Amino acid sequence: MDAEPTAPPGAGQPVEKTRRVRGVVYINGLRCKGCGFCIAFCPPKVLEFSSEFNPLGYHPPHLVRPEGCTGCDLCGLYCPDFAIYAVMIKNEPEDTRPPAPPAEGAPP
Amino acid sequence: MTARTDAVAANPVEAFLRSDRMPHIWCPGCGIGTTVNCFARALLQAKLNLDRVVVVSGIGCTGRVAGYLELDSFHTTHGRAIPFATGLKLANPELTVVVYSGDGDLVGIGGNHFIHAARRNVDLKVICVNNFTYGMTGGQVAPTTPLGALSTTTPYGCFEQPFNLPQLAESSGAVYVARWTSYHVRQLTHAFGEALRKKGFSFIEILSPCPTLYERRNRLGDGLEMMKYFKEQSLVRHGAPTKELGLTFQGPIAVGKFVDRERPTFLETLNQQLARTLEAQYAGCAGEHVRD
Repeated sequence: MDAEPTAPPGAGQPVEKTRRVRGVVYINGLRCKGCGFCIAFCPPKVLEFSSEFNPLGYHPPHLVRPEGCTGCDLCGLYCPDFAIYAVMIKNEPEDTRPPAPPAEGAPP
Repeated sequence: MTARTDAVAANPVEAFLRSDRMPHIWCPGCGIGTTVNCFARALLQAKLNLDRVVVVSGIGCTGRVAGYLELDSFHTTHGRAIPFATGLKLANPELTVVVYSGDGDLVGIGGNHFIHAARRNVDLKVICVNNFTYGMTGGQVAPTTPLGALSTTTPYGCFEQPFNLPQLAESSGAVYVARWTSYHVRQLTHAFGEALRKKGFSFIEILSPCPTLYERRNRLGDGLEMMKYFKEQSLVRHGAPTKELGLTFQGPIAVGKFVDRERPTFLETLNQQLARTLEAQYAGCAGEHVRD
């Protein structure tokens, strides 16, 4: 099973009421052990288990409602496997969001 | 697309981890990783010179912390984290010495060292991850296992009175005593920061799920179920008398900061006493010059 980024369900679908994205979530699906802490304790409940398996055999989380993320980084604080974190975006239009960091350090 | 699965290097705690050892050995749903995460963030916020921060662990699941943190660290024999850390601190008082270990290691096997380090007020930051059992060795009854809980060595329920760790620490002489759970991540990060700044024997107890041994044997669900129990049953009681903080099986949990006081540390009293007795002959212990 490859760990390529998978588009969340509903990505590309028209959203009726668009809210400005306030946070970005970065997920390292290779490290995740599927404990579900981030999903259960996310205040705006924007994460859900992905249906795909990672190489360890767990279902990593994925972002289902990008517009709901506030970038509070509580998922990053809860993660026992250091596999997820969030970054807050302050007063920036959506198209100037910081790009994802390079994949160096990711196991093959 | 907002979520990326390939981002690893920019995780704020990554700089504190030995990434080549990841993924770690802790089970899915174990709370030790969460406490390490909070500890790394506290280090990040404390802006300490990381060359002067040392982590010492004993044996056990929590004992692996020393091997996963990208700091000077030492993995000692069972129960001997505090003696090693005491020697480290006395030989080089400039170091910030953190003892990061489990309940079985710190107050079971190493309980004698724990009370005496607290009595002497050695300047250590002792972090005790309490998962109510001896995890790595197979789920035996620990000095913190609540009455009635099942374990490998108490198949009919634990009949030993468990330790009340905040009371033990306070009555032994600790200057900072707090208890949080792995659910209280923000408070825990704050408490780590306070302990890192505090001079003297600081003690933080962290209740943490052990889904594989403690919870499965007691049919308490997975790690997430335990986290939800921590969330629902915890009550913040800052400054509460520590004798009221005993834990019962799946009962209410008092969390908070209970003790924050000042006492002269071991090195201070040592230098003071010897300087008083030996006067000019005494040059000070461990690089601290009394006769300046």
